[in-house]
Amino acid sequence: MAEITLIEAITQALAYEMRVDENVVVLGEDIGTNGGVFRATLGLLQQFGPERVMDTPLAESMIAGAAIGMASQGLKPVAEFQFVGFIYPALDQLFSHAARMRNRTRGRLTCPMVARAPYGGGIHAPEHHSESPEALFSHIPGFKVVIPSSPARAYGLLLAAIRDPDPVIYLEPSRIYRLVKQEVPDDGHALPLGKCFVSREGHDVTLVSWGASLHETNKAANMLAKENIHAEVIDVATISPLDIDTILASVAKTGRCVVVHEAARNVGVGAEIAAQIMEKGILTLLAPVQRVTGYDITMPYPKMEHLYLPTEERIIDAVYTALEYK
Amino acid sequence: METTFPVVANFEVTYHQYLGENGELIRPLPAFATPDVLQFLYKEMVLVRTFDTKAINLQRTGKMGTYPSILGQEAISVAMGNAMQKEDVLIPYYRDQGAQFQRGTAMEDIFRYWGGDERGSNFRHSREDFPICVPIATQYLHATGIAKAFQYRKQPRVAVTAIGDGGTSKGDFYEALNLAGAWNLPVVFVVNNNQWAISVPRSIQTGTQTIAQKAFAGGFPGLQVDGNDVIAVRQVMSDALERARNGHGPTLIEAVSYRLGDHTTADDASRYRSKEELHAAWEKEPILRLRKYLIAQGLWDDQREERLLADCQAQVAQAVEAYEQTPKANIDDIFDYTYETLTEPLKEQKAYAKRFKEKAHHG
Repeated sequence: MAEITLIEAITQALAYEMRVDENVVVLGEDIGTNGGVFRATLGLLQQFGPERVMDTPLAESMIAGAAIGMASQGLKPVAEFQFVGFIYPALDQLFSHAARMRNRTRGRLTCPMVARAPYGGGIHAPEHHSESPEALFSHIPGFKVVIPSSPARAYGLLLAAIRDPDPVIYLEPSRIYRLVKQEVPDDGHALPLGKCFVSREGHDVTLVSWGASLHETNKAANMLAKENIHAEVIDVATISPLDIDTILASVAKTGRCVVVHEAARNVGVGAEIAAQIMEKGILTLLAPVQRVTGYDITMPYPKMEHLYLPTEERIIDAVYTALEYK
Repeated sequence: METTFPVVANFEVTYHQYLGENGELIRPLPAFATPDVLQFLYKEMVLVRTFDTKAINLQRTGKMGTYPSILGQEAISVAMGNAMQKEDVLIPYYRDQGAQFQRGTAMEDIFRYWGGDERGSNFRHSREDFPICVPIATQYLHATGIAKAFQYRKQPRVAVTAIGDGGTSKGDFYEALNLAGAWNLPVVFVVNNNQWAISVPRSIQTGTQTIAQKAFAGGFPGLQVDGNDVIAVRQVMSDALERARNGHGPTLIEAVSYRLGDHTTADDASRYRSKEELHAAWEKEPILRLRKYLIAQGLWDDQREERLLADCQAQVAQAVEAYEQTPKANIDDIFDYTYETLTEPLKEQKAYAKRFKEKAHHG
């Protein structure tokens, strides 16, 4: 079996689900002939035709609003937003309608749509192309917020997102679109939403991350292992609803926790994780939960973005801080 | 050598009207307008006004929350809903009560909605119709998506949506027209140009001569209709629906009327518009106009009017009773519809909330 990248795994998942469910349609800017600016929809137009692979006019609120209408009729639209930095005009539609359609009609109308968007820094893209707003979406009741960290997770989680009966914000870490390759069987097997994955076992400290930052986190764990510090690494994968139980079980074992995310620190997902560990597992903690995050500044342009992104060095530093508590 | 530049495009906005301001017929009646149908439309408009009066009264007496009156727009709303087929989908704004009733949406559900109960949007009939849209203009885009679903499935159905004149200033309005034109979607866009967006008059809402002409930016026809002439609105709606159903794409209908009431019960229009303007508008209102016509034709009289008012009041009273007897909502309701399946965090929060249910209950 050929190894594929994360972006190819996304294409593979879209094609699989479009083959088995004719209600699945994709829409967005440049997704047809061009196959999307990152090529996530490459070949879909040829396979499924323009009625199901819709190049839209250049208007993000329109993409979201039309997807809501389609979803109310039982279609399963997968809308691509070219970069998450361009999704903001669609927030009125997403927040005011997609997220609450089921609730405000007491289940009469629903919104089984997926909003896909590349997010995060590290690809030397222009201004507005590198933000990490997962906390923003996680704050809105009614969404599920999903972030894959590998080709296999991208495939399984996207299938789950499309099949989910509620709107899912599916944020794709563009920095790792082509970073690693993996064998990903095209078997239509979805991964569960709302579950964290323990991607490395250890007993000294719990490292919690998601998306592209998981790679620096894994590198840090490798380096720590050489110092005889054994980190457990958790890929959160579904940011909302958060599977705190898996994190608590790990912290109960290690007593120490470092949360790593690229997004700004203030009111970030790391704060929520830390608060829930404090509420439900404070007596298992040997040290305060550490956060390694982006700063509370506007995402720097490419020349300076390396100063913003969490690095192995910062993660290891936080682990040593946590280990100082006896 | 040429001295002038060629005209590459021409656009025209027609104005549609059958009944003059005094109820006189100014052009031959369209085929649908039989005595029975006209009497029916008249009765439905009176029912909407009876409902509206009661709704304001319920708000004033503390039995319902803020409510947006439809006073003056009964013709547009009734004609809109009446022209639709059952299988079409209505995507209303918050002043579409008449269209909603034509679609089978229950009056008590509208009371429930404005009474602060989500169950008011769980319509028993009109199951695919959208709930009342409070954010401005967003509903226009939902209509395009619904229309796209019809087109994709090759169903001969039409999405019908409405908006006020203020809403036409929003980006979603233009994005919807643009998409509907680009994709030739089966959708009818109605603009209730009632001259006022809360306190902002039509004259400073947009610089265009008409709102109808905004359709041309989307690449499809736009027309103006006298929104106080139920016959004209019903006819242009039927034409637009047929056009959409036959695959010929969208139409924008600017229905010119006047908001005779306040924006909502929380508003006081006397702060920003003159008594003279309001009195002049009352002279043109849609119910009076059709009544004058029907009386002149011998199709209506005082006895029938009396019976109709009594009948409408009885219907509305029944709806009020159903509203007031709505079973109390369960605390589960506020949690159980956020997702299809309750998430782990919500299970926990619901269990917690239940501990405080009795103390928090306001009846």
